[in-house]
Amino acid sequence: MGLTLQVAAGEQVAIIGPSGAGKTTLLQVLACALPPTQGRLLLDDTAPWALPRGQLHALRGQLFLAPQVPPLPPRQRVVTAVLAGALPGWGLWASLRSLFYPRDIPAAHDALERFDLADKLFERVDRLSGGERQRVGLARALLAPAKLWLIDEPLSALDPSRSRQAITALTDGARERDVTLVATLHQVDVALAHFPRIVGLRDGALAFDLPAAEVSRERLARLYAQYEHELRGEHPTAADNPPADAPVPAVMHCR
Amino acid sequence: MSSHTLARQAALRDPAWAGRVFWSSAALVLLWPLAVATEFRPWVLFEPANVKVSAQFIKTFFPPAGGTEFLAMVAREAWRTVAIATVGMTLALVLAVPLTLLSTSALSVSALSGRMARGPFWLRQGLRWLLIVLRSVPELVWALVFVRVVGLGPTAGVLAIALTYGGMLGKVYGEILESGEAHPTHALLRNGSGRLQALFYGLLPQNAAELTSYTVYRWECAIRSSVVLGFVGAGGLGQQLDTSMKMFNGGEVATMLLVFMALVALADRVSAGLRKALG
Repeated sequence: MGLTLQVAAGEQVAIIGPSGAGKTTLLQVLACALPPTQGRLLLDDTAPWALPRGQLHALRGQLFLAPQVPPLPPRQRVVTAVLAGALPGWGLWASLRSLFYPRDIPAAHDALERFDLADKLFERVDRLSGGERQRVGLARALLAPAKLWLIDEPLSALDPSRSRQAITALTDGARERDVTLVATLHQVDVALAHFPRIVGLRDGALAFDLPAAEVSRERLARLYAQYEHELRGEHPTAADNPPADAPVPAVMHCR
Repeated sequence: MSSHTLARQAALRDPAWAGRVFWSSAALVLLWPLAVATEFRPWVLFEPANVKVSAQFIKTFFPPAGGTEFLAMVAREAWRTVAIATVGMTLALVLAVPLTLLSTSALSVSALSGRMARGPFWLRQGLRWLLIVLRSVPELVWALVFVRVVGLGPTAGVLAIALTYGGMLGKVYGEILESGEAHPTHALLRNGSGRLQALFYGLLPQNAAELTSYTVYRWECAIRSSVVLGFVGAGGLGQQLDTSMKMFNGGEVATMLLVFMALVALADRVSAGLRKALG
């Protein structure tokens, strides 16, 4: 049991599998957000968790993890939220100046245009719908100074035509920038259509790792046994979608 | 009554009732020794002799004192009170903001992936203890200390407010930052942003309204606090209030109390306006 995975620079890999297979955990380990409890993780032949903390954090600047729930402060403007993707490459002074006057409006505009959101550039995030927020979260990737994009369920709040557009923007964007792309997907048909390499994951173990053309109907049926509704593209179970606003414990401030 | 109706009545009784009665009575029984310890005997207020004394004192409040000279003095001292509160708050912020940023776990990079590293943990803990020391000494005590050092006057009040309020702001700012939605900030840190970048792009947009409203509320508290500090010679309206009280001049006291109410109401409006602008 377990998982051995090697991804070459510039590759595009889709990770599929039923709910609870460990897709998100795998992405978080790849993003150096979680240390592996067992086994080894090597990025460009270095073991990130053996590095001093400062260097590990600098390395995180070369990785871009887009969580499934878009991490956008509701009161922020879209332009600022998108430009925040570029922060690891900016100094503190440049970041502060950009709050005063956005530093690279054309880049933010182009990134949003890829997701058909250019008209929302100066809107506030809380004026956007759930699907629009998800696409703003993805547009951040286009600004990030990263060499590896790790995108978690990029389509969970999008309808089929928006899904196609978003996935094309991501795969094209990654190709233009020579970025490696690893995405988890619930939509098996989208994964097969847009990614050359498919990794099937079940119960934390590798089920298969094949070129898209070799992923047969039988393999998919075995991968999704007992989870057939997910394979049919029905809406993922509620348990799989963490609520956008987890209840925050009430805190009494001493006044 | 048939057995059926009896069973129905039993089924419709709230089962949590007994526990509720028990805990309410337990709270009352526990409060009793506290009331004894504080010599809490409110009926003393309503004894005829005491009612007469209070009524006479309150009667001296009317009419509130006027007169150009007195009003000009009140305006001058009110301005000084606002100045003490504002300068004190500014110094408190100078103290509290760096302490908050260094002590809040919301900006910890090592805590992102499990437990916070040992060095940063003890640094944060040490700064929290410093905040406790700052705020556990009441501003009145700080003022008495500083009146001896810098002499009678507003400087002592400013320094006293700065120290105590620095401790309070540092603690509550930290709690506000830690209780808000952490997802945007953590996402920025995970993608390699610096702590201050995560602060300005994630944490502050998330919590600005609450931080502002708490700051304005503390400014209001500082105005009230500077009155008390005036009583020990730290200047401002409080010192005048003390003098008028000692002279039994109820009219002057009433005027100054009205000015305080106006200042507090003003703080309330400012806070509401700012929260609306930031919300």
